[in-house]
Amino acid sequence: MSHHLNDTIVALATPPGAGAIGVIRLSGPEAIAIADRAFYGKSLSAQPSHTVHFGSLRNEQGRILDEVVATLFVGPRSYTGEHVVEVSCHGSDYILQEAIQLFVRLGARLANPGEYTLRAFLNGRMDLSQAEAVADLIASSSRASHAIAMQQMRGGFSDEIKKLRQELIDFASLIELELDFSEEDVEFADRSKLEALVHRIQRIIKALLDSFQLGNVLKNGVSTVIAGRPNAGKSTLLNALLNEERAIVSEIAGTTRDTIEEVLNIKGVQFRIIDTAGIRDATDAIEAIGVEKTLQKVQSSALLVYVFDVAATQPEEVRADLEKLVHENIHVLVAANKMDLNPYTKQEHYFPKDSPAHYHWVPVSALNKMNVDYLKDSLHDAVLTKKVNLESTIVANARHYEALQKAYESLARVLEGLSAGITSDFVAMDIRAALHHLGEITGEISTDDLLGNIFSRFCIGK
Amino acid sequence: MFPTYDVIVVGAGHSGCEAAVAAANMGSKVLLATMNMNTIAQMSCNPAMGGVAKGQIVREIDALGGYSGIITDHTAVQFRMLNRSKGPAMWSPRAQSDRMLFAAKWREMLEAHPNIDFWQEMVTGVIVKGGRACGVYTSLGLEIQSRAVILTNGTFLNGIIHIGEKQFGGGRAGERAAKGITEQLKELGFEAGRMKTGTPPRIDGRSINWDALETQPGDEEPGKFSYTDTPRLARQLPCHIAYTSQEVHDTLREGFDRSPMFNGRIQGLGPRYCPSIEDKIERFADRDRHQLFVEPEGWNTCEIYVNGFSSSLPEDVQFKALRKIEGFENAKMFRPGYAIEYDFFPPTQLKLTLETKLVSNLFFAGQINGTTGYEEAGCQGLMAGINAHLAIREEAPFVLRRSDAYIGVLIDDLVNKGTKEPYRMFTSRAEYRILLRQDNADLRLTPLANQLGMQGLQERMQRVAAKQEAAEEIGRFVRKASVEPGQVNRYLTGIGSQELTQKVKLHSVLIRPHVDLQSLRQVLPELNQFLGNYEQEFIELAEIDMKYEGYIERERERADKMNRLENVRLSDQFDYHELTALSKEAREKLTAARPATVGQASRISGVSPADISVLLVHMGR
Repeated sequence: MSHHLNDTIVALATPPGAGAIGVIRLSGPEAIAIADRAFYGKSLSAQPSHTVHFGSLRNEQGRILDEVVATLFVGPRSYTGEHVVEVSCHGSDYILQEAIQLFVRLGARLANPGEYTLRAFLNGRMDLSQAEAVADLIASSSRASHAIAMQQMRGGFSDEIKKLRQELIDFASLIELELDFSEEDVEFADRSKLEALVHRIQRIIKALLDSFQLGNVLKNGVSTVIAGRPNAGKSTLLNALLNEERAIVSEIAGTTRDTIEEVLNIKGVQFRIIDTAGIRDATDAIEAIGVEKTLQKVQSSALLVYVFDVAATQPEEVRADLEKLVHENIHVLVAANKMDLNPYTKQEHYFPKDSPAHYHWVPVSALNKMNVDYLKDSLHDAVLTKKVNLESTIVANARHYEALQKAYESLARVLEGLSAGITSDFVAMDIRAALHHLGEITGEISTDDLLGNIFSRFCIGK
Repeated sequence: MFPTYDVIVVGAGHSGCEAAVAAANMGSKVLLATMNMNTIAQMSCNPAMGGVAKGQIVREIDALGGYSGIITDHTAVQFRMLNRSKGPAMWSPRAQSDRMLFAAKWREMLEAHPNIDFWQEMVTGVIVKGGRACGVYTSLGLEIQSRAVILTNGTFLNGIIHIGEKQFGGGRAGERAAKGITEQLKELGFEAGRMKTGTPPRIDGRSINWDALETQPGDEEPGKFSYTDTPRLARQLPCHIAYTSQEVHDTLREGFDRSPMFNGRIQGLGPRYCPSIEDKIERFADRDRHQLFVEPEGWNTCEIYVNGFSSSLPEDVQFKALRKIEGFENAKMFRPGYAIEYDFFPPTQLKLTLETKLVSNLFFAGQINGTTGYEEAGCQGLMAGINAHLAIREEAPFVLRRSDAYIGVLIDDLVNKGTKEPYRMFTSRAEYRILLRQDNADLRLTPLANQLGMQGLQERMQRVAAKQEAAEEIGRFVRKASVEPGQVNRYLTGIGSQELTQKVKLHSVLIRPHVDLQSLRQVLPELNQFLGNYEQEFIELAEIDMKYEGYIERERERADKMNRLENVRLSDQFDYHELTALSKEAREKLTAARPATVGQASRISGVSPADISVLLVHMGR
């Protein structure tokens, strides 16, 4: 758990997603010092409060990440009541994530949901009624994020992490057993096997870490693509799902030339919904690029909502589109749009009973918001029932990344200790730390688990 | 007949004795009430103090001004530092005691205390007025007044002893059970449960063929428990090791149909880690033998304790099986092993001070709280004694945190998690094991107890200061001194460590694995001369501080982080149901448990990190 209020925290202060700029906020006693280490320009520590400074953000090797503007708030005259530095970067996910990771390496900790507000309250910058609202927010957002974490981990990886954890608990139990019951009638596993196990766990954690570092996933959520022919109503459907006017909607086919991303939360599961340009044999070059992008997006997504106009699209066209789009790692929902125009449309017309292609069939009317809730339920269920392959979205969450990173470091110290011949009480300390960090992802582990494990498996005692 | 006492302690076992002494040394007038003054501080089970994690507790009791360590040092027949081959956090002192001397020494020290009176009779109830304990009722119909009451009834509350198919009331072999208290407390609204424990047969040492057993001698240079000036053992008795066999197991199995464990007559849950022999062969059927520790009961007796052979099988089965053990072919039994069931009160009904939440100035300590072991009992008695004294003077309570002491871990576990089986301490239960070492209990705790005003600690504070200072001086010396390759390379090669190629600081050599100060002394005359000024204990502390600096530092950081939550206090009156941001489960659990701090709340099962954030927001400021 990380509810320590004496350290310095960092997080993105602007909503994730495309924006002209993104603001990273640092808060805590070391905020200015940490910012100074990455900020090349005036020394921030020497500047008065409430001033703005232009400079560049550079990593440890001196490579420029971005040209930025840093705004300085010297505590207690800040939102949180602590030293605060806000760094405005260009709004690229890649740059923002790189910058946040840089600040973490320089000594900041990733903030928990609502933690800035929590600090503001604890430092007396807010009254109780405001705080009530914050409490609700913290509770709901962190619960949801845990649920999402678990959702995201379905499809192989949750089992992987659980298995890792169990193996590590077994490992820890053996060590604890050796420590607590050495004088008694007990048996131990041999040390080289334990060492091999740590190596194996480390390799898997490393792979998970790499999946994050490669930039596979820069944001939270199950990547979900909305695709279909021009004017099938993709953007209208997206708006219906989001219940707001976001995408540019018009009746001119091909309005959506770039991809648009939105985050949608359905019953605690986060979806990163990508609206795409219509697929057709594009006539102009810009549109052709858009279509190419759509196909790319579909390739890297876990869920596809294929939208077609029941009044205007032939069954063989639908099947041809799907053939182009579907790949083995994607789960497909077929949204038969404009059902109000042709209410007698049946799935069998499009996918004859004897054809091999079968998809989840969802008749909707995006414009009239008919059956949109059913579509939402279907999306949610697809994740819950593990129909969705989420391999590409593993370790989407920056805090999980941090936890894995720390688990990895602890395991490295375990190996170091084992090879240096350090006594097992110290080795156990690092194993426990690794377990703790993995526990931050999968749920808590307590010493009771260790003891329970010991007692169920070994004959102990006088 | 009686004055109004400050504190009445009910029961004079390990917990009761420590409770009486602690309250008395804090300055309270104490009455120690026991059913039998001849069995004060009985070792009802094995004649030993300490062991892994338990030895650390005895050191902590001693550092806080309790007597268990002193008495063990005076009455030991053997001393061993267990886990010497492991790191310093695991070193655990353990002593075999002379059972009779141990009890006699306790009684002597209690009697020497002017603040302690005695009364021999069964206490049948607690006088409660206005939700406050203010004395006890006795079986003669007496009412004795006090300002606080500590119950340390051990296994006596409605105790039932089982030997095979026979069962009879009793609190211990040859002693009757105590009645009345459970019934009264239940009427007051307390929840009670049943637990079970057992003890092995006692054997006539003259009938054992000792040559057939392995010998386990005491340490060549025996240590001791107390930080005070207690004697070190000049001679010791050995223990022995024997083994059961398939034949022994088969013989025991013949009696299973008459075992109260297997035919369901025993309801209480026994400890998993201290199973009876019948439990062991049933649960671990693939093992063809189990280890038995054959322990002497004292200097001047032939009575032998067969550690590991705890049983409630019929006496004839126990006897037959014992004789199948190599070396026990002619064994004579003094008395059979037995199982005992007794009442306990789930400790979630307590505050961290061991005061009950339901009745103020009423404290529970020891096995009544569901623990097992003399050490676990003793330390609870000590803490209850101190807190009873503080409570009647309306002074701030004395609570040890999980990072302060095993005692803190024990009480925090009991109060927050409760226990379903008899609770024994393990080092695994402590998050900050590296900090809670037997060598530094005095540094950790003596200043705290001294600050409270515990009598007799002032002189000890000087020693604590000297120890700390010495460790620092030695540290400075080792960091400054340099060594030449020629001085240490032979030693380094000998232990498989890389040779030096140039002159380096002594410190960089010391922190290598397998290098120790004792060996360096032998090759570095200057170091040897310098260390000659210091006690071995001080040198050990300095060495641990240097060799494990990184680990200790990291452990301390983790503890500090946790302790920030411990410092956020929660109001007793707070209505958790009003906090709709909390999960439903958390609201219920918190309402039931009423934790004193956010840290404590975080250890209650069902309270999530999100709930803790919510609490912090509401209570944190």
